[in-house]
Amino acid sequence: MAALISSNGGKDPAATPAKKLPQIDRFIPDRSAMNFDVANMLVLGKENSQLQQQPLRSDCSQEEYKKQLAENLLRDANIFQKKSRILAFKSKPPPPPEGFERESRLLYSENTAPGASKPRRMFRQIPQAPERTLDAPEILDDYYLNLLDWGTNNILAVALGHTVYLWNATTGGIEELMQVSEDDGPVTSVSWAPDGKHISVGLNNADVQLWDAFSLRQVRSLKAHTARVGSLAWNGPILSTGGRDNVIFNHDVRIREHVTGKMAAHQQEVCGLKWSPSGQQLASGGNDNLLYVWDAAAAASRGNSTYLHRLDEHQAAVKALAWCPFQSNLLASGGGTADRCIKFWNTHTGACIQSVDTASQVCALQWSKHERELLSSHGFSQNQLILWKYPSMVKMAELTGHTSRVLHMAQSPDGYTVASAAGDETLRFWQVFGTPDTTKATAVRTKASSSALNSRCIR
Amino acid sequence: MGTGQQAATRDVITLKGSSSIVGEFFSYAVNSILFQRGLYPSEQFDRVKKYGLTMLVSHEDKVKGYISAVTSQIADWLQTGKVQRVVMVISSLATKEVLERWNFLIETDRDATETGATKEKSDKEIMQEIQAIMRQITSSVTFLPHLEESCSFELLVYTDTDLEAPTSWEESDPRLIKKAQEVKLRSLNTKIHKIDSLVAYKVDDDSNV
Repeated sequence: MAALISSNGGKDPAATPAKKLPQIDRFIPDRSAMNFDVANMLVLGKENSQLQQQPLRSDCSQEEYKKQLAENLLRDANIFQKKSRILAFKSKPPPPPEGFERESRLLYSENTAPGASKPRRMFRQIPQAPERTLDAPEILDDYYLNLLDWGTNNILAVALGHTVYLWNATTGGIEELMQVSEDDGPVTSVSWAPDGKHISVGLNNADVQLWDAFSLRQVRSLKAHTARVGSLAWNGPILSTGGRDNVIFNHDVRIREHVTGKMAAHQQEVCGLKWSPSGQQLASGGNDNLLYVWDAAAAASRGNSTYLHRLDEHQAAVKALAWCPFQSNLLASGGGTADRCIKFWNTHTGACIQSVDTASQVCALQWSKHERELLSSHGFSQNQLILWKYPSMVKMAELTGHTSRVLHMAQSPDGYTVASAAGDETLRFWQVFGTPDTTKATAVRTKASSSALNSRCIR
Repeated sequence: MGTGQQAATRDVITLKGSSSIVGEFFSYAVNSILFQRGLYPSEQFDRVKKYGLTMLVSHEDKVKGYISAVTSQIADWLQTGKVQRVVMVISSLATKEVLERWNFLIETDRDATETGATKEKSDKEIMQEIQAIMRQITSSVTFLPHLEESCSFELLVYTDTDLEAPTSWEESDPRLIKKAQEVKLRSLNTKIHKIDSLVAYKVDDDSNV
């Protein structure tokens, strides 16, 4: 107790150490409240340079605390020890340019190329529904015929029974081109000439008629076949016709003696006939499961021509033929019900490059002009159109809607729309190859208001 | 021997040298922030090699002019030792609300300003410190909230009250953010000037951060 009282910390100098009164307060020192520095100074009574600073601190320790408190609490209000002023440059920086699209910055995007180009769309939206459906009553449900063709004049020609109608894709207007009698018809094939003015029509009576689509008058009649003419293909002024008589004729439509070539190699009806884009080669497919490739020069000879390649890998009729627009000498062919394959050929060498089983009869093939894609149309059981990526042959889209096998396909001149005709008597237009970048200028998408057109019967 | 001497002279930092280093640092930092936060279109920026990194600098006349005018003035003032901090304020163009505040607090060594004493620090070290701050600015996009609208920026300088300011400068309010979240970045020390940087940003109540 005595010791306790003696170290009084300067608080109670008057306390008399000797007294031991029971009433005395027990002094409990509170170290945190003590000011040892001051005590030290007072006790020792020393003065040196270090201590000189101390009194300053000790005297205004409270003040310092206040200051620090103020600094922390009022830091933002800027009541510092050192008062400061805030200066801003008078002429301000310019605002960002008008209409500056702040593209959402990805996290961690740092120092990428300024104005980085947008990555190419990897996958475009392919509408699953046709953009337009037209009635096609009386269309013949015959696998071996070719009743649909879309000309460079943007007019779609379709043969319904004994009549050929022209649907103007630009205006949406329909007109009847021609009608054949019961004996001569039905119409078995239609094909636009490259000039877009003339159209060739093959008939059941083995006749091939050449019509002027603008004046709606027949120009010529080409007689050569002995059975119905199911396939037609143009190569400049040359029209190749394939018939049920297993023969292919080349006609030069400008001259009187129009037959300029004869190709007899098929054993059964010639249902597929296509000239290559270069006009150098002709591919023909028949019901005999054979695919022949003919050379243009040989086909021009008046005698019997010999083929370049005989390709017999298909197990069913070869009707679907399509030449690749971006790779010369690449031909795609599709087989019928028993085959169901799409095969790719190098027509230089005659080698089969690839074969893909599609699980359904292949009725028609169309290459995309814009992308490396192939569209195939099928029959049982889904009656779908399949869009394939070439050369991986990955299915990009499957378009269903038809309720019967999709027998015919034709592509618009701009290469974005495909028309498909099926045994269910409908004509459907699919926006399958993409859209042009410009605003809706192409005809097929205008006249959206003409809903009447959609339900209007062609006849 | 010669190289030793050269190294020695290069490591010496004078007040003027330090001020110019810091001024340059501010100019590149501001440009970098402008690019990273997307205040101006990225086409307006050029790539320049500096501090061992590829820095993006705006080549747009007005922006360039503003930044160089302000930072050169700051460099001058740094020599007086009266600059306390430099703040870059990013505010919405439409509402004028402050969305981000980049604070660079400056501590000047008293000896250097008063007696003109020089310090020693290697250029390399200083450059590394600057590099680190620049990298941090770039990586700040990972935590800073996305600036939805068009924004403008401004540079404020906190100075001592006795500093003489040319007429091209006016007084301003601190332009604080109401509910700010702060992140402290690295500091730069040239032995004469010590720069502490931190970024304060407005916390979005609905943001799911």
